[in-house]
Amino acid sequence: MDLLSPIKDHHSERQLFIGRVALTSTIGILLLGVVIARLVQLQVFNYEDFAAQSQGNLYRIEAVPPIRGLIFDRKGRVLAENLPAYQLELIPEQVDDLDNTLRRLALLGLIEAEDIPRLKDLSESGPRFKPVTLNLRLSDEEIANFAIQRPRFPGVDFRPRLVRHYPYGAAVAHAIGYVGALSKNDLARLDASNYAGTAHTGKTGVENSFESNLHGDVGYRNIVTNALGRQLPSESADLFESLPPNEIPNPGANVYLSLDLDLQLLATEALQGKRGAIVALDPWSGEILALVSAPSFDPNLFAVGMSTSEFAVLKNDLEQPLFNRAVRGTYPPGSTIKPMLAIAALETGATNLKHTILCRGYFMLPNSTHRYRDWKPEGHGEVDLHTAISQSCDVYFYELGVKIGIDNIHDYLNRFGLGRVSGLDIGGEHQGLVPSREWKRNAFRNPEDQRWYHGETVIASIGQGYMLATPLQLANAVAAVATRGIRYQPHLVAAIEDTLTGERTMISPTRLDDVVLKNEDHWDIVIDAMHEVMQGLRGTARQAGLNAAYEMAGKSGTSQVISISQDEEYDEEEIDERLRDHALFIAFAPLDKPRIAVAVIVENGSSGSRVAAPIARKIMDAYLGFGNNATQ
Amino acid sequence: MRLSDTHRLISSKAEPYGDFVHVLRRLNIDGPLLGGVLLISALGLVVLFSAVGEDMRLWLSQVARLSAALATMFVVAQLSPDFLRRWTPWGFLAGLVLLILVLTTGEVGQGAQRWLNLGIRFQPSEIMKLAVPMMAAWYLHDRQIPPRAGALLLLAVIIAVPTLLIARQPDLGTALLIAASGLIVIILAGLSIRLMVALAALAVPGALLLWTFMEDYQKQRVITLLDPNSDPLGAGYNIIQSKIAIGSGGLFGKGWTNGSQAHLRFLPERDTDFIFAVLGEELGLLGVLSLLCLYLFVVGRGLYIAVQAPDTYSRLLAGSISLTFFVYVFVNTAMVTGLIPVVGIPLPLVSFGGTSMVTLMAGFGILMSIQSHRKLLPH
Repeated sequence: MDLLSPIKDHHSERQLFIGRVALTSTIGILLLGVVIARLVQLQVFNYEDFAAQSQGNLYRIEAVPPIRGLIFDRKGRVLAENLPAYQLELIPEQVDDLDNTLRRLALLGLIEAEDIPRLKDLSESGPRFKPVTLNLRLSDEEIANFAIQRPRFPGVDFRPRLVRHYPYGAAVAHAIGYVGALSKNDLARLDASNYAGTAHTGKTGVENSFESNLHGDVGYRNIVTNALGRQLPSESADLFESLPPNEIPNPGANVYLSLDLDLQLLATEALQGKRGAIVALDPWSGEILALVSAPSFDPNLFAVGMSTSEFAVLKNDLEQPLFNRAVRGTYPPGSTIKPMLAIAALETGATNLKHTILCRGYFMLPNSTHRYRDWKPEGHGEVDLHTAISQSCDVYFYELGVKIGIDNIHDYLNRFGLGRVSGLDIGGEHQGLVPSREWKRNAFRNPEDQRWYHGETVIASIGQGYMLATPLQLANAVAAVATRGIRYQPHLVAAIEDTLTGERTMISPTRLDDVVLKNEDHWDIVIDAMHEVMQGLRGTARQAGLNAAYEMAGKSGTSQVISISQDEEYDEEEIDERLRDHALFIAFAPLDKPRIAVAVIVENGSSGSRVAAPIARKIMDAYLGFGNNATQ
Repeated sequence: MRLSDTHRLISSKAEPYGDFVHVLRRLNIDGPLLGGVLLISALGLVVLFSAVGEDMRLWLSQVARLSAALATMFVVAQLSPDFLRRWTPWGFLAGLVLLILVLTTGEVGQGAQRWLNLGIRFQPSEIMKLAVPMMAAWYLHDRQIPPRAGALLLLAVIIAVPTLLIARQPDLGTALLIAASGLIVIILAGLSIRLMVALAALAVPGALLLWTFMEDYQKQRVITLLDPNSDPLGAGYNIIQSKIAIGSGGLFGKGWTNGSQAHLRFLPERDTDFIFAVLGEELGLLGVLSLLCLYLFVVGRGLYIAVQAPDTYSRLLAGSISLTFFVYVFVNTAMVTGLIPVVGIPLPLVSFGGTSMVTLMAGFGILMSIQSHRKLLPH
């Protein structure tokens, strides 16, 4: 021991110690007081605030997608429905050996071996409890296959979901369109909050145009979660007293189309193996009865989802199955415009019932040696308006066209709806083209090109040259002839049904501007001639009009795809299939009380009367109850 | 005083063995301290059962640890303060050697080198929690009180060396607590108030100096304290969730095992450092005040024992053990309520885990030894 250290004074040392204990205790009590004050602050004064915050922690609101409305045809047959499909899912945190699991799933054929790296990446990137979809649609066989093997795949399971299904697939694809996976662009366009739980949206056709009706309103569901966002079993709901009530989604409305499935299937079959389009409608309401574009595609592929390469195959197909020819396909209308042109000529006084010409097989403008040829090289001989329509004499119309001029042609054809969109309720229409001087001035930059030439009027008179029309426009035009000038906006959707109340809202036809004639008799002249086309002795389409139980009217058209030089003969045998003429036909029936108007276009079909007219006949037969597959 | 003691000694001899207090006496156990410790432990086990998610296996493992810690307390209580004092330098030296061993050969866990495997795996820093105040008390035992400058310098070395070694692991929380336990000895020994004020004044530049030595994550904790909402899903998450848990408990709590914050795992480290928040959420202000009262009682009893202690060593050691225990309670509760930065200090006797509990119980064993061996010591 340190000898220098003083003797310890135990008493004073203890007094000092007691003093220090008192000092430290005081500090300690003060510190504890701070903690207690803090606790009182948190638990008494801020209690409400923290209680609310802890509630917010507890549950998460999850969007519940509404069930999409169904689409029916005019007789209540389902064209678009929602079917449960099973998808294969993997929950990463429940899988012990991810590589091995994926490899074995590939061996079972449930996933593609080439997808393994992608699925592995997907499984390892998200939250461990969040299911990863391995396969969007399992076949029944695959489900059965997997069900047996399930115990060997912990963490892998199948889960039902609703998938849009089109039972008639390709046959109705261009009319009702399809739904596809919701994209960023879709969300920018749509009300994102209403689509919070939705995976698909309408992309084309009725599915797209009536998206707001079909979709419905999103619902919400409270999910009890822990801090990791993981959903907890429902008994965890006992942990708290009251949650805001769940909001049930409002299902989308059902949409009833004016489309007649039987007619649609028949029209589809008629265009089997061909490229073309058919539009059939009710001239007295504008209700579309059939709208077919061939070739078509399976809309179910979009609903289920396809790989990029699968889509590329579809998109790059030379036959263009995704292209809706019925509303977007533009074709030179050819002779199908003759009835409308005849109206124009009659109204402008360029012709009358008695006016005849001598057709020698060609037409020449004054001061020109260029021969505008008739389809019949030897000529029709002496022709009046009736014959000019029924036998489709080009020369007669060349002369009429030049007489009334391009601007009158444009004006009258426009009144029939050519060269402008009709306002079809699924949109996507091409407006076609009816040329005029004004149009040409605006369409070309070169002053030389801006000039309108008489020769262009000549070929426009038979629906060639610049003139382009869509099958829908031709159907609208012939419908306007059938009703003698009363026009309706074509539409596919006839009624919308509230799924919950069952209340149906009918969509009333929209009347468009009538084609008003100075002389109503002019309708009779043209319709008579169109009747002759199909059921007269020398009509161009008399073969198609044979043995009918009703009277009908029509007009064929055969439009050139390529121009043929002056002295060349058109030989369909030798020409490339793709360069053959388009076959067109427009018709309506019955003659006195028209119920159906049809436009048929068969691309490179060579002859309107031989190829397109029989199809139109078949459709009218079926709709009017005289076909083999007569509807009702 | 002497008289009453003698009287008690005599009267206790006269009492039959059935007297419970007498039995405890014979076993060198201090009844009130044992009672306080057992009550805290019991409340702790109740809260822990909820905090481990009602996992019986985990809970039983904690019961086993508590039993082992209590056994340690009983064993330590049998060692006389004299014996402890004699062995103190050797214990301190052994602790230092082990700390150096940890830094050279220790096992790494969670980014820190704290564990030593010598047949059993343990943290040598735990030894130092008791060895440092013991050594400081030992040093002052025969010296003049209050200590003179030279003695203070040596005490500073005794405290600084293990503190720095532990801070190197790094385990800043434990290092600071060990420094505190040593400092408490000096304060209780009568460090002049003026010097204490000077030291407190030095704390400001000291803190700045400390800041430069801190690891990024430690700095983050300080920043988080100042503004927990700056990164609510990141660094501030613990504190925010902990405050929500306590605050939403209100006066009476959400009910035992009904704490949504804890049970839905919003609360991080709910069974260890943040268990106080579980108590606050489920049993409310009533629950936390009850626990704080029990702590206060144990600290008070410890200080009573210190005041009663017959010699410098026992007195200083008992005082330091009691006050350090208080510091633990304060640091943890202040941290969980967001008053001070997050430091990894468990709530004593309640948090899940065994190592620190054994040390704490050994400390209470020393207190009991000091109390029960009092009269047997020759003066």
